[in-house]
Amino acid sequence: MSAISKVNTEPPAGTGQVGSTAAGTGQAGSNAAGTGGVGVPVLEVRGLTVTFRTEDGPLSAVDRVDFEVADQEVLAVVGESGCGKSVTAMSLAGLLPRTASVDGSVRLDGRELVGADKKTLRSIRGREIAYIFQEPMTSLNPVFTVGNQIGEVLRIHNGLSRSTARKRSVELLKLVGIPSAERRIDDYPHQLSGGMRQRVMIAMAVACDPKVLIADEPTTALDVTIQAGILDVLRGLRERLGTSIVLITHDLGVVADLADRVAVMYAGRVVETANVNELFAQPKHPYTAGLLAASPSAGRHAGTHRLNEIPGLVPVLAEQPNACTFADRCSRARDTCTTEQPLLTAEGTPNHHVACWNPVREPVEV
Amino acid sequence: MAVADVTVSAGTPLSSRRRKVVRRLLRNPLAITGLVVLGIAVFAALFAPWLAPHEPTDTHLSQAFAAPGTPGYVLGTDDLGRDVLSRIMFGLRASLHVGMLAVATSLAIGVPLGLMAGYFRTIDALISRFTDLVLAFPFLILAVGLAAIRGASLGNAAIAIGIAQIPGVIRIVRSETLRLKSLDFVSAAIVEGAGDLWVIGRHILPNAASVIIVQATVAIPAAILGEAVLSFLGLGIQPPAPSLGTMLADAQQFAAKAPWAAVMPGVAIMLIALAFNIVGDSLRDALDPKASRR
Amino acid sequence: MYALELEDLVMHFGPVRAVDGVSLRIRKGSVVALVGESGSGKSTVGRSIVRLLEPTGGTVRLADADITHLSRRRLRPHRRDVSIVFQDPAGSLDPRLSVGDIVGEPLRLMRQRDTTGPVAEALRRVGLRPEVAQRSPHELSGGQRQRVSIARALISSPALLVADEPTSALDVSVQASVLNLLADLQRDLGFACLFITHDLSAVEYLADEVAVMYLGQLVEQGPRERIFGVPAHPYTQALLSAAPVPNPVAQRARQPVLLGDDLPSPIDPPPGCRFHTRCPVAVEKCRTVVPEARVIGEGGHQVACHLVSDDGTGPDVRERPGRWGGESIQTQSNETGVAR
Repeated sequence: MSAISKVNTEPPAGTGQVGSTAAGTGQAGSNAAGTGGVGVPVLEVRGLTVTFRTEDGPLSAVDRVDFEVADQEVLAVVGESGCGKSVTAMSLAGLLPRTASVDGSVRLDGRELVGADKKTLRSIRGREIAYIFQEPMTSLNPVFTVGNQIGEVLRIHNGLSRSTARKRSVELLKLVGIPSAERRIDDYPHQLSGGMRQRVMIAMAVACDPKVLIADEPTTALDVTIQAGILDVLRGLRERLGTSIVLITHDLGVVADLADRVAVMYAGRVVETANVNELFAQPKHPYTAGLLAASPSAGRHAGTHRLNEIPGLVPVLAEQPNACTFADRCSRARDTCTTEQPLLTAEGTPNHHVACWNPVREPVEV
Repeated sequence: MAVADVTVSAGTPLSSRRRKVVRRLLRNPLAITGLVVLGIAVFAALFAPWLAPHEPTDTHLSQAFAAPGTPGYVLGTDDLGRDVLSRIMFGLRASLHVGMLAVATSLAIGVPLGLMAGYFRTIDALISRFTDLVLAFPFLILAVGLAAIRGASLGNAAIAIGIAQIPGVIRIVRSETLRLKSLDFVSAAIVEGAGDLWVIGRHILPNAASVIIVQATVAIPAAILGEAVLSFLGLGIQPPAPSLGTMLADAQQFAAKAPWAAVMPGVAIMLIALAFNIVGDSLRDALDPKASRR
Repeated sequence: MYALELEDLVMHFGPVRAVDGVSLRIRKGSVVALVGESGSGKSTVGRSIVRLLEPTGGTVRLADADITHLSRRRLRPHRRDVSIVFQDPAGSLDPRLSVGDIVGEPLRLMRQRDTTGPVAEALRRVGLRPEVAQRSPHELSGGQRQRVSIARALISSPALLVADEPTSALDVSVQASVLNLLADLQRDLGFACLFITHDLSAVEYLADEVAVMYLGQLVEQGPRERIFGVPAHPYTQALLSAAPVPNPVAQRARQPVLLGDDLPSPIDPPPGCRFHTRCPVAVEKCRTVVPEARVIGEGGHQVACHLVSDDGTGPDVRERPGRWGGESIQTQSNETGVAR
């Protein structure tokens, strides 16, 4: 809450502060990179395993995932559909359906969340861990005004009175860069554009000043010109409120824009983690390298006429305990890759971990 | 040329989907119960002439009002000493017959109209008015009118019930058609130059089939109940031939003396209606592709 | 010779002015990318070309034949002129049919009896094994389904392929292979292609020309090198700068142009230049006078903007980081206030 009052004195995000915002990001980024893995993490995930019961037998969606998020850090969990990144995000505060069984450990500030009772989870959810979902159209209740919905969060979690809640709501809307927030607070969701709605969702998510914000594909449903603004807001939040962010995305451009550290997921496992600059400059897992080479970006392909492909298909998430899940699509695969599962180990620098028997060591041209 | 070797995992052939639906259905204990009850009912109805211990119309006045459990009369007898069990078996015949005929009538008229209403925007309003009209017209008056014109019979009762069920069929087929029509594979066929008949016959109807089957399964018990009502009022099957409805109606007069004569056919109606509804619901769940992950 | 000529195409749905005067030509065998964000009307243009929609105004000519208002029956002779691939790999294949039936359908509609050979050939061309013909669409991955869609679209050897966001629903690595496939097929078979997309980066190596759409109108079109090299319209510039590049060092050095979130409604588009409510450099004239498309450079590079001079020089919103982005949000908020 202190952080929100702090906001009062500052101009709202996204209005004329872009230059300084970006400068600040660079700083925060290098800080976090330094502390990543060294300082006490806000969120610590160890051996997280999620299995779904289906009629075709158990389906493992997330397999022994480890990562941690430091204070004020933006960790991007990146991967393609079906890699388990969204399931990971949902498991962080027990949002999975009952058919899922979760093993391992998720610690928020030292408190264990896996297996915690409903009451504990409820008090943590929304208050200390907040979520933003992909679809801003369906996440807001159409029959209540924006102010009503943000106010409700504040009144339930923080016990604010109606009028204080409204005042805070206006502040929050300003924080997420909604112009003329005093007027916009009485709008119904359908009166807002997709980008505005996502800003409202972010305002609701940070209403209780959470320690960790989990943003699950926050800009995927939005146009690029609107995405840029939302990314700017998220960047501002980290700086102004000191929120740690777990950014779930498939878009490497978004990762490059916002993340301090990156965890790359493939077929339910984390295959590589590194500081963002290092990951893009020197990807060590063949999958990461392939993914980077496959993504088109304006200006990079002028002259060339082909994009890099990763042959084959993403494997069905099944038990493959004794192999690398990427082996059959990998041009660097060796015999060990199909008989033994590689674990995350430091490679090159202490903060760069890769799960690969034959990591890429030669410089990659990206 | 990019021949990315895109292999398709050796898997199940095209019929796998149907097999999956059946498997899903058989994994649901409620559905199995429903199917078993229906199986017994259909079997009993089909082979009633051989299975029934007595002729359904034979009177045994000496045995009138025999209680259930009396040797030779497992479910007792009615006022004329007719065997209740035998009458229920033959009554089931009539009931199932009416159910099938009524649903066939409603599908025969409702499915084409629903397809047209969903597919051709111009006809939609016209068909919708027709549905409103049928909905507004009292079902019993329709049945009485039909009986007056063509005589009271089981067939006419079925047709009256079928007509009353048309609006429901139209509504369901229409909305499914609207949904399917907006999908890109229909657009693709139109771009390829397919005519309306081709699009409806090859793309829309086969995809709407599952919805129609579910609707039919739920409509049969409604028709059976409708037959009971009509026969009760004397608009359906003519005595002495039994139907579950007429048995109920007749047993009324001596319900205090021989309650079983009313209760037994009542229970039969209830069981069979319940079984159809359960099977219909389970079928709907089993056909829902979104349920596959559950 | 043109595979497609659109002249002043207008498509209104009741009060919604989805497409409002689009003129575009595609030379035989060339690839034109139609780029725009949601609500720009780009997909409506595509659906008008294949005549899933009948245009409200203007003309659609396929290989010199005016098909704007032809009936379904009269369109049939033109079906070899155009095909379409849709975005959604799940919805574009009939789940009740086998892949072979799906791919062979265009031939069957042309009264061709035996389709086995051509279907196998079509599948091979898109990198699928002929055995796939026996499978059902739901057994295939998204990328494979999109290949099946492409095989179906190309089996009748159309002169023009309309590809409506064919890779938007796919994963990055799959996207790359489908884009490569389209590029290869286009080169080998020589069909013309209208590639509709929201993602400029996806078409940079595929398109010969690029047309940028905003709120139902084209704001800029021209050769690929010109659009990517010297974009003239502020919206094109913003679009280019907004898409983040997958390189953290480069990305953080860039300044995306923040346009504000409120896209005006196509029911009541702004007067004057339709982009003026979000344009960082708009002047008074932009609010009242509709800009005409003018040729400003080689290769028919056209732009519809008052601020661009005839030699193509004009403001570059990317060179005014922050300040303009910030102001645009403020002005835009006032304007929406008035509008509401």
